[in-house]
Amino acid sequence: MSNSQTKRVVIEPVTRVEGHGKVSLLLDENNKVKQARFHVVEFRGFERFIQGRPYWEVPVLVQRLCGICPVSHHLAAAKAMDKIVGVDKLTPTAEKMRRLMHYGQMFQSHALHFFHLCSPDLLFGFEADPAIRNIIGVAVKYPDLAVQGVMMRKFGQEIIKATAGKKIHGTGAIPGGINKNLSIEERDAFLKDIKQMYDWSKSALKIAKDYTVQNLEKLKPFASFDSSHLSLIREDGAMDLYHGNLRAIDSTGKKIFDQVDYSKYLDYIVEEVKPWSYMKFPFIKQVGPKDGWYRVGPLARLNTCDFIDTPLAEEARKEFMAVTNGKPNNITMAYHWARMIELLHSIEKINDLLNDKDLQGTDLVIKGQKRYEGVGLIEAPRGTLFHHYKINENDQITMANLIVSTTNNNEAFNRSVQKVAADHIDGVPKITEGLLNHIEVAIRAYDPCLSCATHAMGKMPLKVTLYDYQGNIVDSKTKE
Amino acid sequence: MSDQITFTIDGVEVKAKPGQTIMQAADDAGIYIPRLCYHPELTAHGSCRVCTVIVNGKPQTACTQPAAEGMIVENDTPELLEHRRNLVDMLFVEGNHLCMFCERSGNCELQAMAYRLGILAPKYPYFYPDKPVDSTHKDIFLELNRCILCGRCVNASKDVDGKGVFDFVGRSIDKKIAVNSDKNLKDTTMAVTDKAAQVCPVGSINKKGTAFKIPYGSDIEHKK
Repeated sequence: MSNSQTKRVVIEPVTRVEGHGKVSLLLDENNKVKQARFHVVEFRGFERFIQGRPYWEVPVLVQRLCGICPVSHHLAAAKAMDKIVGVDKLTPTAEKMRRLMHYGQMFQSHALHFFHLCSPDLLFGFEADPAIRNIIGVAVKYPDLAVQGVMMRKFGQEIIKATAGKKIHGTGAIPGGINKNLSIEERDAFLKDIKQMYDWSKSALKIAKDYTVQNLEKLKPFASFDSSHLSLIREDGAMDLYHGNLRAIDSTGKKIFDQVDYSKYLDYIVEEVKPWSYMKFPFIKQVGPKDGWYRVGPLARLNTCDFIDTPLAEEARKEFMAVTNGKPNNITMAYHWARMIELLHSIEKINDLLNDKDLQGTDLVIKGQKRYEGVGLIEAPRGTLFHHYKINENDQITMANLIVSTTNNNEAFNRSVQKVAADHIDGVPKITEGLLNHIEVAIRAYDPCLSCATHAMGKMPLKVTLYDYQGNIVDSKTKE
Repeated sequence: MSDQITFTIDGVEVKAKPGQTIMQAADDAGIYIPRLCYHPELTAHGSCRVCTVIVNGKPQTACTQPAAEGMIVENDTPELLEHRRNLVDMLFVEGNHLCMFCERSGNCELQAMAYRLGILAPKYPYFYPDKPVDSTHKDIFLELNRCILCGRCVNASKDVDGKGVFDFVGRSIDKKIAVNSDKNLKDTTMAVTDKAAQVCPVGSINKKGTAFKIPYGSDIEHKK
């Protein structure tokens, strides 16, 4: 170790997150946490190996980054490829089919995270025995909730199938449009279940809201810190999960930049590489590497938007913002509440789209003048997702840059872990079961997807290792 | 002399016209013999060996062997099925067949044959050969990672298009398809309307601007 006055704690694997994580805690000579490092050691290398492939393959190829939110990659890449084929505006049918696909994705992913990954923490408490604090425990004690989670995810997945062709890794979005519309039969099958989905979404939102409000004083400091927030935003300031311009605000709500054309993202965002993680650290250029980091995802989106354009979600947003008196909410555990507001917003959007006759239109694809560069951004379930490509005169990819949602939250993970660890390790260099649990709960709030965040190979199940200031391992615990 | 030949396939009596191959007679009779390189509008090549049947005790390719009076043909047997499976398995590992993002997935004869034969995962180690991609032609994308050396493009270009754009070069494991230019496909006389552009059974010769336009599940091979 380079610094002789620190100790290191490593936590791995981090469970109930998508992918694998490892945590190192560096202690100083007084056994206080000096730094937390949430390592991501998977390496996938998509940006390199798609070079040379034809551009039309990319929306289908890059979604293989992930089995949970492939639709986000599929659509972000398709949006970039729209630019490549010279299309700035899709036909109404194509755009609405893609939006339906995206809201279906948002719905299923948020339902999966809430019911299967995070609900055990909320329902049983952080301190509960890990043997029951899992989805099986939820299924035993709250069987109705477990079934709702499964059925809501299924509903979202069926929407993806109807728009993309398959529930996972479909082919619906193509450069310049979409390859199918929605039949009346498909539409009616969804409308039949829509009321049930509304009801379950509302009850999930209530669980998240009540939990947060009832435990507000405990949650306020938990893994929390002031941060900037970034997301896409519609031109009128509304939340828009499919398309918009970039807005970044600081922790007080002051705009750092607003309505930025996302194709110019490189003028505003810089990615820093650190030697101990395959995941890069993006920051806002004008603020600088030290303080320019930000958060993305449901919490950030609730903070950046001026309003939500669906009535139930807007009502819920107002309640959410009231907790912090209209100022940005920096409570990490409020991600869950924000996520459930988006769940409700998604089902409202799905309902609006299903009742839109444009979905039965037949004008699916358009083509313009070929370009050699394309940027596509989308608000994925976990946050803002950037896809940027360049092609050569033979239609082959020559450059790809992906900044995935989890990468955008990279610094925030480290901050959250450091906060939790600092609260637990205070002079006693020992890894307790409570520390393991709390670090997991903090990381899980972001719903990180580690497999796609890295550029990545290998597996990483939560291991915490504690190093003293001389670099010796003081303690190490693994959690399967 | 009768103008009909009578023989049997797996014990079923089949009639053939003089000059017909076993494959043609079987198709007329509604009996399916698995095949990959065979195309009804092109000269039979007999290269893939998937249509191998046992004729009077000896292995023969059904696409090239003329039907003969009284011959006894075995087609649908466990032994032949196993041979076919091995042949197709070898084709998969000798190329770079990544169905997951191939634009011909669902409309690929190799993929369909693998499903038909119950191949769900490769049996042999991958070769990972270094094969070229030629995207220089304005209308055609040539992806030799997926080529199974069926020879359809060679015969179509030579016999139907009268161009000879494609031919085989090299031998054995080094055998490959080449274009008749020192440079790339764009430097040949190949046109997207050529027969050679229509007959590829896999994702090697692709028309630009068509990828993924057919919704998943409604592709030709899916429907079969």
